[in-house]
Amino acid sequence: MATPDAARTHGRVPGPNRHTGRRDDDLEADISQWRDWVASRPGVDAEDVDELEGHLRDQVVDLARAGLVPDEAFLIAVKRMGSIDDLSHEFAREYSGRMWRQLALSDDATSESSTGWGVGWWTEVGLWAVAAAVAVQVARLVTGLSDGEPWWLLTNASLLVLPFLAGSLAQRNGLTRRQWLLTAVPFVGAAIVVNVSPFTPGGSTQILVAAHLPVLLWFALARPLMAGEMASRERRMDFVRFSGEWIIYYTLIALGGGVLVGLAVVILEPTGIDEDWLITWALPSGAAGAVVVAAWLVQAKQQVIENMAPVLTMVFTPLFAVMLAGAAVTYAITGLDAAFDRELLGVFDAMMVVVLGLVVYGTSARDPSRPAGWMDRVQLVAVGSALALDVMVLATMVGRIGALGFTPNRVAALGLNLVVLVNLAGAAWLSVRFLAGRVPFHRLEGWQTAYLPVFAMWLAIVVGVLPLLFQFT
Amino acid sequence: MHIDKDLVAASATPLALGILAEGENYGYAIMKRVRELSGGDLEWADGMLYPLLHRLRRLGYVTTEWRTPPGERRRRYYAITDEGRAALADRQRQWAAVARTLGQAWGGDPLPFALGEA
Repeated sequence: MATPDAARTHGRVPGPNRHTGRRDDDLEADISQWRDWVASRPGVDAEDVDELEGHLRDQVVDLARAGLVPDEAFLIAVKRMGSIDDLSHEFAREYSGRMWRQLALSDDATSESSTGWGVGWWTEVGLWAVAAAVAVQVARLVTGLSDGEPWWLLTNASLLVLPFLAGSLAQRNGLTRRQWLLTAVPFVGAAIVVNVSPFTPGGSTQILVAAHLPVLLWFALARPLMAGEMASRERRMDFVRFSGEWIIYYTLIALGGGVLVGLAVVILEPTGIDEDWLITWALPSGAAGAVVVAAWLVQAKQQVIENMAPVLTMVFTPLFAVMLAGAAVTYAITGLDAAFDRELLGVFDAMMVVVLGLVVYGTSARDPSRPAGWMDRVQLVAVGSALALDVMVLATMVGRIGALGFTPNRVAALGLNLVVLVNLAGAAWLSVRFLAGRVPFHRLEGWQTAYLPVFAMWLAIVVGVLPLLFQFT
Repeated sequence: MHIDKDLVAASATPLALGILAEGENYGYAIMKRVRELSGGDLEWADGMLYPLLHRLRRLGYVTTEWRTPPGERRRRYYAITDEGRAALADRQRQWAAVARTLGQAWGGDPLPFALGEA
């Protein structure tokens, strides 16, 4: 019969007094306990609980009408509702964004982080962080001994660190052998391309590669992070969330590390110990190891605090909207020519990337089922103003490109600008249609997640093709 | 009759959309309608209906609204959208094709159940 299962499902409800039957108060107490228990499951929010409770009450009323006493009606209604674990799991799959906030690491992962520094932690995080730190030192010593150029180290810095982060993620997410190999492909490929390229030391193509390669390799982390589910929109959104949170954690660790090193230098000064030791050994190793540790913190600690990236986005979106709208109006009135110089495109690239960040994190943190609100309008103002400003700059730039000529820096800046421009224009268009009630919000999410490979492709072009076009100058 | 759970899962979306195409409704009543239509053959755990309905909402197939009709408790009502109707029509075509194929494979007759008018 149903009873043992139902009793398990409604778990913590204390043993009912079957012999005397039950009054309505008892039923209310049972329902409220059931409600608390459902509410404590990951992935289920307050409105869902209201809805499920309503369902349970409807069922109880119908069963009571069919002649059951409240006690029996309750047990059968709970049994019909099905396993709450399965239910919570289904909700969690549907709302992975919500999960990301409430956080449900799987049970074993939770016990892992509560036991802290066990063997699991070392194989999944600790050893990889140490390996990254060692790799940086070895590379520094080898190039230092050969009295080589600092340029090699600069270009290869990300190749010395990010593969270890990829390994740590792959280990933690339990990748198959095939997925491990696929994860390694972009890193090996990049290492070959970058090191066979005969760069002019310190030339602009080399500096461009050094600047773009870390971001390109960051995209290569998507595979271990998403456990190979590259096409899943929800997993791609998780990758975006992960990246934002990682930046914040890394910044915090860097601030703490800076204070630590600064104090150490001051405190050690009277002892006469050479502080260069700290700068050459502690600093680079700490910076490399922190890359892996910050990623672990993002995944392990997301249940402890509310995510920061969406909060910062909420705070800064209106401020940027005001600033950008003001700038757009000013430029439209005064014209651009007086202010225009060669550096301006770089400044506007930075602006576009910041606005892109606001849009992407605004999108990732939003509950897709919520109707359009003021935040969506504010965001549209910010994006619209940024687009207007950028189009003005681009028009001026294109008008003068003949006079200024193509250089690697200008091509890279122009390309980045166009890639982001297309993304924001698409986002603005969908956002207008969403505000008009023409498309559901998930189309905006879909646009952002579908566009991610475009960024990776552009970065790959800058790293692999651009230097070739400019003869590695 | 026991129906395989993969088959139950595959039919859940068109079934829910089909019931909502009859008119807006709330979860418990949708569940009751499923039991009634299938004569009890299709058994879901009641709770699983909600993640499904929320997925349909995210895809824009249904809209939702909390409402308290006079004399009843507050409930979340689901109503099908034009996109939902289009998705339903699409699913009906797919099921009709499946039924036709199975019918022919099993002896040349179409399966003895009507799948929309598709």
